[in-house]
Amino acid sequence: MESITNALAIIFVLLGSFFMLVGSIGVVRFPDFYSRAHASGKVDTLGILLFIIGLMFFSGLNLISLKLLLIAVFVAMTSPVAAHALARRALVFGLKPWKKKQEEK
Amino acid sequence: MKSQTDSPIIEVAARGLAPVIQLIGIYVFFHGHYGPGGGFQGGVLLAAGVLLLRMAVGFENSQVQVPSRKTLILCSVGALIFAGTGLVALLMGGNFMDYAHLPVPGMEAADIRYYAILFIEIGVTMAVMTALISIYDDLLGT
Repeated sequence: MESITNALAIIFVLLGSFFMLVGSIGVVRFPDFYSRAHASGKVDTLGILLFIIGLMFFSGLNLISLKLLLIAVFVAMTSPVAAHALARRALVFGLKPWKKKQEEK
Repeated sequence: MKSQTDSPIIEVAARGLAPVIQLIGIYVFFHGHYGPGGGFQGGVLLAAGVLLLRMAVGFENSQVQVPSRKTLILCSVGALIFAGTGLVALLMGGNFMDYAHLPVPGMEAADIRYYAILFIEIGVTMAVMTALISIYDDLLGT
């Protein structure tokens, strides 16, 4: 039983680190603010969620995993809202989204 | 209720999250005896809950929670609780903040120390929370 939960924890943490890596590459490689906000907001949320789910498997059923579940719930609520607030404020400020034509000039 | 951002997502999220942040702040404040936490961290979390509302629903609408004109008064009261408890112990013949000398009838010295630390932590929490809110309000320039 111990080895099964440990294997699940390792799988989830590896998945989470994969999504973190993809999000970091996206933040570096994407052309403008909106797609970078998409990468950092959406994929970071998924990465942190998978990390915390892996840590919950690792710690088993006790008070620590309940606190980790609360952290997961609040990360799932706050991180998309923060990305939304950033992108919305940029749009209201007047930042133009990236188009492919600008690259060819 | 007109909001500052006109975005219902931000407003609903902030109004839902601010009481939870303040509840966690109170938990951290009371947990300071047994683990990480204490008055300063609890006060910062309480201030973060109020400042989230200040940013999300606007300055005027969030005056209901902590009015701006009362922040400095509450900050002074918190600092007075913190320093005054130590001074009372000094006046009663002990060292500064030697809580065993506080004039509380019918309690042992260990119990007096336990509850006096909780009492001054209340002062620290009030002072930190209201000072941070006051700094934010001054930065707004209103």
